[in-house]
Amino acid sequence: MEARYDRAITVFSPDGHLFQVEYAQEAVKKGSTAVGIRGTDIVVLGVEKKSVAKLQDERTVRKICALDDHVCMAFAGLTADARIVVNRARMECQSHKLTVEDPVTVEYITRFIATLKQRYTQSNGRRPFGISALIVGFDDDGIPRLYQTDPSGTYHAWKANAIGRSAKTVREFLEKNYTEDTIATDSEAIKLAIRALLEVVQSGGKNIELAIIRRNQPLKMFSAKEIESQVVDIEKEKEEAEKKKSKKLI
Amino acid sequence: MALENVCNWQAPEALSPHLPGAGDWTIPRGYDPPVFLQTQGPELAHGTTTLAFRFRHGVIAAADTRSSCGSYVACPASQKVIPVHRHLLGTTSGTSADCVTWYRILKRELRLRALREGQLPTVAGAAKLLSTMLYRYRGLGLCVATALCGWDRAGPALFYVYSDGTLLAGDVFSVGSGSPYAYGVLDRGYHYDMTVEEAYTLARQAVAHATHRDAYSGGSVDLYHVKESGWERVSREDACMLYIRLQETGEQGEETTPTSP
Repeated sequence: MEARYDRAITVFSPDGHLFQVEYAQEAVKKGSTAVGIRGTDIVVLGVEKKSVAKLQDERTVRKICALDDHVCMAFAGLTADARIVVNRARMECQSHKLTVEDPVTVEYITRFIATLKQRYTQSNGRRPFGISALIVGFDDDGIPRLYQTDPSGTYHAWKANAIGRSAKTVREFLEKNYTEDTIATDSEAIKLAIRALLEVVQSGGKNIELAIIRRNQPLKMFSAKEIESQVVDIEKEKEEAEKKKSKKLI
Repeated sequence: MALENVCNWQAPEALSPHLPGAGDWTIPRGYDPPVFLQTQGPELAHGTTTLAFRFRHGVIAAADTRSSCGSYVACPASQKVIPVHRHLLGTTSGTSADCVTWYRILKRELRLRALREGQLPTVAGAAKLLSTMLYRYRGLGLCVATALCGWDRAGPALFYVYSDGTLLAGDVFSVGSGSPYAYGVLDRGYHYDMTVEEAYTLARQAVAHATHRDAYSGGSVDLYHVKESGWERVSREDACMLYIRLQETGEQGEETTPTSP
């Protein structure tokens, strides 16, 4: 039954599925994990960095992209598709500034990206974009925002979310650990993002890329050293928590 | 995209307004549109005095009400200050028909944007929108010279838009055939920290003086005030009566002012 309805994007199956869109979502699940967290005064994006080959230049693989001074996004899925989406979004950010005399709101650019993705699910001769995106930033009103889009073109606002491989595990971790305390300060929110990624990333801090935006400040990418020091802190806190637990038992 | 190239299909952009085609207007080959319009076209209404200035307590917009067609007064009581929405007014000058039509189009586009984005565009955004829409018809004989007066998140805002595509931000603008006379009065009395009453008097004086001297301005003087809570129509007074009244109060003022030793 599936085989007859999954070739052309513009054909519904009898039970109402657009199989090409669902297959695109499968492609997203193969991509490396990305996590986004909305704090009180900060938004954090973390991605799992795939280990690069020996001869490959690491700097050419960037999974966190600035769309404008106050908005950035991370994606999971096909890197080439993401490049196109990011380019279109960057152009739209500047075009909006030119015609409306105001920078985009995070919701506007998310809606633009989602509309772009939806267009590709309803046209002949094209396939959907195989990426999900996490878009974070601050609007003029100073409120932090996090949105997620998927290949079907829907978008939702989140407090914290993960996409890509092992997204489910990370989301469960976040559901358990995202509390008023854990996002109370900027450093706590950053630690939460790293802890969430450490759940699913092999070999620790080396394979994590992190970026933050603070209110009224531009995007800041963390260096490997800074991530390493955060990971060390997290390990220490874990040990102390373990010690306390074992003390109580005794 | 292969199919797009074959079918010449262009994805609709969210930000571009639907405008009538600029090429729909036909004139004999070899003619320059503005020249053709001047010599062969209908006599259009021109000539006016409008002014607008920005101060601490909002934006004042004032205008006369005479619509002239050459030496014929087509309408002595026309409306030259057009509301766009609760917090935006436009003073119009140039061709009345062009101004009214383009303001209706601007109103439509701002409403669409408000529905899409959940909030009205800023005054700067509205001015930019009007300016880019008019620019598409540059060289085709449109004459719209307008000052957009509004209050948005950034406070009182004032922009001058002309149909050749000029877009200027400023504190004081006067537009029309009577504008030199109005500027003379405005430039002497304007400062940002005026009280509301001082602003009303200044605006009335400027337009009244212009109607006194300019043949194409007259009728009544409309006065509007855009505040944080929205625009308010302050008054409409007959221009001649107003001018006489202001001269009298001016003389009284001079009598009571103590002379310096």
